[in-house]
Amino acid sequence: MRCGQGWFFLQSAVFAVLTLSLFSLPGLAAPEQVIQIKAKRFEYMPNEITLKKGVPVVLELTSLDRLHGFNCPAFKIRGDVRPNQVTKISFTPDKVGTFEFHCDNFCGSGHEGMTGKFIVTE
Amino acid sequence: MDRREFLKMAGVSLVFVSGLPRLAGAAEKLGGKAGPGSHDFYFVQLSDPHWGFNNPKINPDPTGTLPKAIELVNNLSIKPDFVVFTGDLTQTTDDDKERRKRMEEVKKTIVGQLKNKNIKYLPGEHDAALDNGKAFHEIFGKSTYTFTHKGVHFIALDNVSDPGGALGDAQLQWLSQQLKKLKKDDRIVVLTHRPLFDLMPEWDWATRDGAKAIDLLMPYTNVIVFYGHIHQENHHNTDHIAHHSAHGLMWNLPAPGSVPKKVMIPWDEAAPYKGLGFRSVEAQYAKPDYVITEYPINKTSG
Repeated sequence: MRCGQGWFFLQSAVFAVLTLSLFSLPGLAAPEQVIQIKAKRFEYMPNEITLKKGVPVVLELTSLDRLHGFNCPAFKIRGDVRPNQVTKISFTPDKVGTFEFHCDNFCGSGHEGMTGKFIVTE
Repeated sequence: MDRREFLKMAGVSLVFVSGLPRLAGAAEKLGGKAGPGSHDFYFVQLSDPHWGFNNPKINPDPTGTLPKAIELVNNLSIKPDFVVFTGDLTQTTDDDKERRKRMEEVKKTIVGQLKNKNIKYLPGEHDAALDNGKAFHEIFGKSTYTFTHKGVHFIALDNVSDPGGALGDAQLQWLSQQLKKLKKDDRIVVLTHRPLFDLMPEWDWATRDGAKAIDLLMPYTNVIVFYGHIHQENHHNTDHIAHHSAHGLMWNLPAPGSVPKKVMIPWDEAAPYKGLGFRSVEAQYAKPDYVITEYPINKTSG
């Protein structure tokens, strides 16, 4: 019995240590936030997105009409956004503030106004 | 009277710039004479006339502004050797037929009114991004080309026919081949629409692979770049390579990063045509200096 109890405590301790280690790894500390963004001439939906600093994000972008782009220089992320296709962009906001994103594939007369913003809070 | 004396008398301020990494010289030290028979020469850069644009709050004279600029060019005391349009000749439209109509109209206006018939055209994204330059090529010709004038090598780069604002690998390879034909100290003038460097990527004021072009140009000691796109003067150096943007001919835009959002600046009734204009660039033969002169358009121009 003593031997069995000892084995049980050892197993529990190893499990606890492993669990703590896993959650202390970067990227696993907080659940990933998935945000779907639709693009169409000349807007993003949504165009204002609130994020938490340090919380990983996956953007899932698709276009409702034609080729667009998604570019946020503040976080050095960009991708082409096409119809009938999901473009995934992963990043972790590492600073607090408001950061604009824009379409960087020229899409017509309202292209210059096709923008949105991330609001990153603590 | 040579051209510089005329400009001094006209009260136009001159900016001396150099393709070499040194400070601008003094006017008195130069004293070149542009014009027929001279090795010194000058050309005129016009940019962003956006023919077809129609918003009276931004510009109530959309078909009169370009002719005013052309008239000013025609009235220059010494005629330029050639005239360059650095893109956005037309306002973008989804309609292929309308795009061609605007291009034909603006070309007719330019060719019909400009006395100097040696005209070089480059596209802007408004002209070329929606059809990858097809209509532009049909009406204005090539968008990537070179020519040599009085010992100065001009290279026109197209960073707009790709809607992503990139030169692309094929054009970069072409650029590399053109540069291999030149000596490291040859005089090179690059003409393009978007800035080749990251002026303000947040406002799409950049070329996606412009850094690769700058890398190719960097070993050449005497390079200068003239571009448009941002509708205002901007002077920037990437190491020894100077980049100069030109005023537009339809509307003004804010200075890079000066406001949270890039928006067109409304027409100022108190100062019509303010911020709109063109420039001349004088190439000195004796040394690699350029004299840039900015010409504003005003109510009485033309």
